[in-house]
Amino acid sequence: MKVELEADKCVASGQCVLAAMDVFDQDDDGIAILLADEPAVELLDDVKEAVAVCPAAAIRLVEQ
Amino acid sequence: MRRIVVVGASAAGLAAAETLRREGYDGTLTLVGDEPLAPYDRPPLSKQVLAAEWEPERLALRTADALAALNLDLRLGVAATGLELTGRTVELADGSALPYDGLIVATGVRPRRLPGEGAHVLRGIGDALALRERLTPGRRLVVVGAGFLGAEAAAVAWRLGCEVTLLEPAPVPLAHAVGAEVGEILTRAHRERGVNLRCGVAVTEVTEDGVRLADGELVDADEVLVAVGSLPNTEWLAGSGLTVGDGVVCDEYCAAAQGVYAAGDVARWHNPLFGTSMRIEHRTNAAEQGMAAARNLLAPDAGRPFAPVPYFWSDQYDMKVQAYGYLRGHDEVAVVEGGMADRRFVAAYRTGDRLTGVLAVGMPPKAIRRWRQAIAGRAAWQDAVRTEVPVTEVS
Repeated sequence: MKVELEADKCVASGQCVLAAMDVFDQDDDGIAILLADEPAVELLDDVKEAVAVCPAAAIRLVEQ
Repeated sequence: MRRIVVVGASAAGLAAAETLRREGYDGTLTLVGDEPLAPYDRPPLSKQVLAAEWEPERLALRTADALAALNLDLRLGVAATGLELTGRTVELADGSALPYDGLIVATGVRPRRLPGEGAHVLRGIGDALALRERLTPGRRLVVVGAGFLGAEAAAVAWRLGCEVTLLEPAPVPLAHAVGAEVGEILTRAHRERGVNLRCGVAVTEVTEDGVRLADGELVDADEVLVAVGSLPNTEWLAGSGLTVGDGVVCDEYCAAAQGVYAAGDVARWHNPLFGTSMRIEHRTNAAEQGMAAARNLLAPDAGRPFAPVPYFWSDQYDMKVQAYGYLRGHDEVAVVEGGMADRRFVAAYRTGDRLTGVLAVGMPPKAIRRWRQAIAGRAAWQDAVRTEVPVTEVS
């Protein structure tokens, strides 16, 4: 699974960081940064949570 | 459970449907929406869509493939009209009836309106497109209501070159929500740019040429936007036996009755973190509550109280406002970082002896994160504001 982030949709809520701290971070403007676009399997549930809570629908999880 | 119906196909309803599938529910899943469009996102309507930076296609919450993968019985363009609680059936406007074993109510809110014809509101894609078409340079726009929605729309219209008047009944915009001092900062941001913000004026009706105030004055306008709050869509539940009172009344698990849950703008639930009943019209809450309601519906015996720290943001001119917690009814606001004068600050909110909220303007996210954690941890006010930075009390 691969994580895709549309940074220009991001509204800097930081919800993804709260859900999956090992996969997402925020820059100084709050815009989400992807730390790992192919996260380890044990992080997938956290990433799915991040996808679901992102208020901007800016994160996607795609099968490879 | 073999039949679940989710009424409301926006952020909360979609989050509920996705969570049900993610948690392994493989029965019939019906998603009902009164708009003909697939689930879309609303916050950009008063921002990027109104500014014509984004086209509506960009608002789709999921791709067609992702929606198809949910294997939904998708009923779009049809409203729910009734609920038969004992017979466990939802009635639809097209005359059909949907039996269910589990139900999630996520019917959202609609804009409150004013007497008179011809005013815009801003809730759906159609509303945003109709308004943006009229926001050409030099056009006179009156916005009734300087809440977050009205203020964002005013900021966009100003940027597009309109002559903007913003009318607000309260003496200070948003004072009830964020406190008078933060309200004053937003007020100054509008006035510095030449937006005519008038506070303490009540609008009684929309007329052909603008709006009429309570004292009889006519405020001329080419276009009027009414942004004076919203009403929960609960009429279809009348007589169903569900308790309705400014929203569908739920317990801390988001349950409104056995097998019936509510989520999103329409849900009034008991948030145990703050020990109070609340109904929250924030985008983030819609997704979180949709997920919580779905999980509790599937596993009522292992139900988890829904106890979020609410979050909202607002973009106005060059300012991004972000807030965590429950700011309403606060007793005190104190600046704990930065300063209000230069519009870079973190303000903490006290209710009783607890830290209950934090609001930041122009600050990096890491500056806010620990405050959010303190709110989630029910921090005592005295402990939370004890920092090396001197605290300025502002109210």
